[in-house]
Amino acid sequence: MKRIATVSLAGCFGCHMSLLDIDERIIDLMKLVEFDRTPLNDLKSFTRRCDIGLIEGSCCNEENVATLREFRRQCDTLVGVGQCAIMGGLPVMRNAIMHSDDPLLECLEEAYLNSRLVYNPTNDMPNDPALPLLLDKVYICSQVVKIDYVIPGCPPSGDLLWSVLTALINGTPITTPPGGVKYD
Amino acid sequence: MDTKSVVRAACAKYGSDRDRLIDILWEIQRASRHINDEGMEEVAAALGIHRVEVEGLVTFYSFFSSTPKGRITIRLCNDIIDRHAGADAVGQALVGALGIGFGETSGDGAFSLDHTSCIGLSDQAPAALINDVVVTNLTPAKARDLAELIKQGASPEELISVTGDGNNSHPLIHAMVSNNIRLRGAVLLHEEIPTEKGLAAALAMTPEQVAGEVTDAGLRGRGGAGFPTGRKLTLARGFPAERRYLVANADEGEPGTFKDRVLLTERADLLFEGMTIAAYAIGAAHGILYLRAEYAYLREYLEDVLKKRRDAGLLGGDILGSNRFSFDIRIQLGAGAYICGEESALISSCEGLRGEPKNRPPFPVEKGYMGFPTVVSNVESLCCIPRIMDMGSKWFGAFGTEESHGTKLLSVSGDCGKPGVYEVPFGLKIEELLQMAEALDPAIVQVGGPSGEMIGRGDFHRRIGFEDLSTGGAMMVFCARRNVLEIVDAFLEFFIDESCGYCTPCRVGSVFLRERIQRIMNGAGERSDMSYLEALGQTITATSRCGLGVSAPRPVIHSMRQFPLVYASLVKERKDGLQPGFDIQRGLDIARKIARRQSMIYDPRFGGKDE
Repeated sequence: MKRIATVSLAGCFGCHMSLLDIDERIIDLMKLVEFDRTPLNDLKSFTRRCDIGLIEGSCCNEENVATLREFRRQCDTLVGVGQCAIMGGLPVMRNAIMHSDDPLLECLEEAYLNSRLVYNPTNDMPNDPALPLLLDKVYICSQVVKIDYVIPGCPPSGDLLWSVLTALINGTPITTPPGGVKYD
Repeated sequence: MDTKSVVRAACAKYGSDRDRLIDILWEIQRASRHINDEGMEEVAAALGIHRVEVEGLVTFYSFFSSTPKGRITIRLCNDIIDRHAGADAVGQALVGALGIGFGETSGDGAFSLDHTSCIGLSDQAPAALINDVVVTNLTPAKARDLAELIKQGASPEELISVTGDGNNSHPLIHAMVSNNIRLRGAVLLHEEIPTEKGLAAALAMTPEQVAGEVTDAGLRGRGGAGFPTGRKLTLARGFPAERRYLVANADEGEPGTFKDRVLLTERADLLFEGMTIAAYAIGAAHGILYLRAEYAYLREYLEDVLKKRRDAGLLGGDILGSNRFSFDIRIQLGAGAYICGEESALISSCEGLRGEPKNRPPFPVEKGYMGFPTVVSNVESLCCIPRIMDMGSKWFGAFGTEESHGTKLLSVSGDCGKPGVYEVPFGLKIEELLQMAEALDPAIVQVGGPSGEMIGRGDFHRRIGFEDLSTGGAMMVFCARRNVLEIVDAFLEFFIDESCGYCTPCRVGSVFLRERIQRIMNGAGERSDMSYLEALGQTITATSRCGLGVSAPRPVIHSMRQFPLVYASLVKERKDGLQPGFDIQRGLDIARKIARRQSMIYDPRFGGKDE
C-alpha cells in the first residue's frame, strides 16, 4: 500500500479542500493508500517514509522551509499542488515591494501599523518567540527543494487531483480530464 | 566662464544647429567638464528644443556627465582582456595613489577616475584614456608614476614621453600607441600602396560601372555582417533623392577590435579615397566619418589629412578636375556608446539624437541620414575600394575563398606572444592564426568579439570567412588557465552596460542571463538553470530590436555548447534533493534584525536543530 503525506505551507488550504472534492472517491482512495502526516488526520510528524508528498503553498517563513525539506527527505516523489506552490500565488505578491531599502520591514509596517484600516493602539508588531521568522522574500517550492511534478490551478479541480494521484499510485501515464487543467 | 557664455559660444560655433547637438555638448563638456541643469536649459532654449532632448543625450552617452568631472579624467579600460593583463591591479594602484575610488572626482576638481569599455587597445593592455590621451601597457608602478605626475599638475599631453611607431609619432597624433602590424597582406597594409590611382580610375568610369566593379570584386562588409558592398552602393543609387550621404563607420566598439585604429593611423588617405569613390558611385556630395570618442586622439591628424586633400583638389568641388563631381567629408565625434556601431544607431547619433537604432525597413540605403539614402560602411570595406579600382576586381577576387573575397584584418589579443593586426586572406584556419600569433596554450578563441562566436579547441580547424567564421576582426585568445564563465560574465556585463534600454528583452533579459551565470559561477547553480538560460537566450535573440540584443545571449549559448563539461561540473545535482541556490541563513538575516531574536530552527545556539 502506498503512503501519502500532505501539507499546506504558505497557502490557504484551498487545495486541500479541493482534494476533498473527489467526494465519494475518497473511499476508493483509502483502499489504495494510507495517509501519513497530513492535516486530514492531524498527524503532525512522519511516522515512516512515504511514497508521495503533496505540497500546497510556497515558503514565506523558516518553518515552511524546514517542513518542505523534511518532506523532501521523507518522500520519494514530491508534487507541487496549486499556484502558490508552483509560482508563489498570493503570498509572493510581497516580493513586489522591491524599491525599498528594507522591503520586509515596509511590508510589516503596512500590514500592522500604517494601513488606514489598522487599529493598533499599542503600535506593536507580532513578535512572539514561538512565531517562525519570516524569510526576506517568498520562495517558491522549486527554489528550495527539487520538485518532481506540479499540478497547476487555483485550486486544481478535484477531478484533476484524482486523475494525477491515481496515475501516480498505479504507475500509469497521467490522463488529464478534458478541460481539467487550468492555469489560473 | 559662466555656464551661459560657455553655452552661447558652443551653440554659436555650430550655428545653433540642432543636428549638431553632440558637437555642441562636447564643447560644453570640455569647457566646464560637465553639463548641468542650467546648461541643459540654456542649450534647449538656444536650439528651440525641449530640455529633455538635451538631457536624453547627456545621460545616454557615457562621455557626457551631468555632475562635474575632474580637469583630468582617467578612464581605465576594464575589458576582460585588460583585466587578464592586470587592469585590476592597475586600478588599485590608481585608487591608492589618487585617493579616490572609481566613479569619483577629487575634492578640488583636479581629477576623476572611471572605468570604460574596450578602447581599442587590447593588443597593448591594460590601457587607459587620460582625457583624450592614450596610455598603454600599464603596470601598477607606471600607474602610480602617472598619478604622481597628474597630482603635480602635469597635463595629459606631458605624460607621453615615448611615442609609438609609424604615424603614432606624427606631431598631430603624438601617442604612445604601437601599430603592432604583425602581418602585411597585399590589399591594405602592403608597404607601398599607390595613392589616388584608384580614385583616378574610378572617375574615368561611370558611377554605375564603379558600383559594378565593386560588386564583381565580391567585396562584403568588413564590420562583421558581410552585406555585399557593391549591392549597397547600387541600392542607394537606385532610390531617387535630391541628396545622398556616405558614412564611414569608425565606431570600432566591439571589444577586442582595433584594426580600424591602425587603418585610421596609417591608411587615412586610403580611407578618404575610398569614401570619395563610394560617394561618386552613389552620387553623394557629403560624407561623414563617425569617429568613436575613444579615438579622439586621432582627430587632429585626420582633420589635417582632410585639409591637405582639399588643398590638393581631392576633396571639395570639382574633384581631380572632373568638373562634375564634388564631395566633402566632416568628422563626427561619438561620445562613448557601443550601440552607435550599429548603422541606424550611428545615423541617429550623427543627427544629434540618442544613439538608438531606428526601425527597419526602411533601411538606411533608402532613408538614412536626415531621411536621405545613406550608405554606412566599415572603415576597412571603404579602404578596399580604391585597391579594387586600381588593381581590378579579378585581382581582388583572387584572394580568399569562393564566397569571401580579398583579405581580412584581424585584431589578435589576449594570451598570445604576438598580439596585433594581421592581414590574412580569407580561408585561414584558426589554428594557423594561433600559430602565427604564438599562442602557446590556446583553449578558447572569441571570434568577432562578445557578439561573435566562442570556439574551443575542437573548432580550431575552422576557417575565417563568411561561409564559416564570420568576423569583424576581433580574435580574443584565452589560454587554458582562464575561467570560461568569468569571460561570459564579463561579456554580459558589457552588453548590460551598453544596452540602449529601448526594448525589454535586451534591457532586462541580459540582466537575468548574468544573474543565472553568476549563480552557476558561485556553485549555486541548478540543472534547470541550463534549460532556463537556453530558453531565455532564444527569447532575447528572437525578440530584440537590434543586433545588440540579438547578440547578447551568444556568449552564454556558445559557451554552453562548446564547454558542456565546465557547466556540468558546476551544476551537479545534490543527492538530498535540496536546491544549492537557496541559502536559508541569508534568507533569515533581515527578519532576525527586525524581530531582534534568533531562529529556533536554524540557529544551533538558540536550540535550532535543522542543519
